[in-house]
Amino acid sequence: MESIELANKIRIQALKMANSGGGSHIGSALSIADILAVLYSDILNIDPKSPELINRDRFILSKGHAGAAVYAVLAESGFFSTAKLATHYQDGSDLSGHVSHKNVPGVELSTGSLGHGLNVGVGMAKAAMLDKKTHRIFVLLSDGECDEGSVWEAAMFASHHKLDNLIALIDYNKIQSLDTVANTLALEPFKSKWESFGWNAIQVNGHDHIQLKSELANIPSINSKPTVYICHTTKGKGVSFMENSVLWHYRCPMGEEFEMALKELKQKK
Amino acid sequence: MRDHFINELSSLIDEFPNIILITGDLGFGVLDDFRKNYPDNFINAGVAEQNMTGIATGMALEGKIIFTYSIANFPTLRCLEQIRNDACYHGVNVNIVSIGGGFSYGALGISHHATEDLSIMRSLPEITVVSPSSYWEVEKVTRAIVENEKVCYLRIDKSVGQDKPNNLNESFLLGKSRMLTDGDVCTIFVTGGILEEVWEAHDELENLGYKTRIVSVHTLKPFDSDAVLNAAKQTGGIVSVEENTINGGLGSLLAETLMDNSTFPKKFLRIGLNSEFSSIVGSQKYLRKCYNLDAKSIVTKVLELIQK
Repeated sequence: MESIELANKIRIQALKMANSGGGSHIGSALSIADILAVLYSDILNIDPKSPELINRDRFILSKGHAGAAVYAVLAESGFFSTAKLATHYQDGSDLSGHVSHKNVPGVELSTGSLGHGLNVGVGMAKAAMLDKKTHRIFVLLSDGECDEGSVWEAAMFASHHKLDNLIALIDYNKIQSLDTVANTLALEPFKSKWESFGWNAIQVNGHDHIQLKSELANIPSINSKPTVYICHTTKGKGVSFMENSVLWHYRCPMGEEFEMALKELKQKK
Repeated sequence: MRDHFINELSSLIDEFPNIILITGDLGFGVLDDFRKNYPDNFINAGVAEQNMTGIATGMALEGKIIFTYSIANFPTLRCLEQIRNDACYHGVNVNIVSIGGGFSYGALGISHHATEDLSIMRSLPEITVVSPSSYWEVEKVTRAIVENEKVCYLRIDKSVGQDKPNNLNESFLLGKSRMLTDGDVCTIFVTGGILEEVWEAHDELENLGYKTRIVSVHTLKPFDSDAVLNAAKQTGGIVSVEENTINGGLGSLLAETLMDNSTFPKKFLRIGLNSEFSSIVGSQKYLRKCYNLDAKSIVTKVLELIQK
């Protein structure tokens, strides 16, 4: 499947999941749809039929609240049936609002509390390096998540140990749950923060598939350093009235708003 | 006790080359030989316990057998959520080692008093909680938790109790409490190095004509229900001794087990710390006296109990 088509499917599925379950975080899920689509269609060395292959690339969603988007990309990529997506948020489901690995093929790590995923990814990368394995570890974080001190503990460790098999991607949509990033805890100068922690930092447009593919095809672009892709994104991307809106971090798309959003996404097919 | 732990861990490396010891920048002097002899099995994560525990999970998910190592509350409470969400929920072979249970670092102040760790760690799902009382137990438990593929919390005390003299042919099982000496007046359940105070109290009580049973609870989770149910039936009462808050620790565990099984001991007493901080400066021995955890206090309390 082409990555553009996959991204749109992720958005539609995530929207439906948020609607049917009465869930939130739709803005955060829409924000990462393009990054996930490019990773799962073109970059990750994975096999949906053998999700536990030893030499597979590992992908961790550290911003676990956007779990709907990951469930969607896994189902659309063949890890499990898309019918399972309808159980999201429902009583007895495996698909919790924050991403969980239990009984969900393809999920490497359960997250939900921010500031955990990069650390675990660093451990995976360190183990792979010790064992001279060649797979890579990708960790997708949110911008607000970088408020957590544990992220920077991981950042220091990763550069100190020269983990060039580790790739962090940051969904830099500049909006967190109550306000903008700038009004909450400013991250800028963000790129130079990562560079000062010893990382190779690259800024990309997180919705530009061509740019994402060309950058991510070239890993590691610098030997002996972990790489962070600061992906400039738009929260709520793809649904005009959700874009760049703090409201749609928590608001659940229901009724007319859901129909309007769905119609807009379907027109993009 | 910590030297016995490190020596035993070192001796297991050839058999289990996937062991990795990650320290949070602690272990001055103690880890030198390990670091020198097994550089590929040693990582200093720096003063960053959340990251230490996160990377422990990541490495364990890739097949490593991890020991995280620090002192007091740093490898437990500081990174409790990483233990819960990352290690326990993913069911990995991460063994969290805290050196300095209870008042081991008494003079260093309350930041270094590990006095709630047993209660808090015991409340987590999918974890084994061990607190050996003797050199023999710490050696046996080290191998056992390497072989046990799940998360484990190992509390290592600065103090240590005598083991029973004839344990050479005894097999060690995680979760199986050990009777160190038999008696009928009451059974004293104990965990950790405070066993040394319990032995002293036992001997003094024996001099007064009262023979007590001592049971070492090296594993608080999973817990050996039979040991306490039998003791309730066979002896005159149940006493717990722990260098930990009485809220949620060994004493609570005994009470819960007895009540859950509708087994009522003739007498029951918990000896531990009340819910309070110690701002008093002093050695482990001194602070035990201050908080009535020393042998003399144990004797007094047991006498009060059995003479009631």
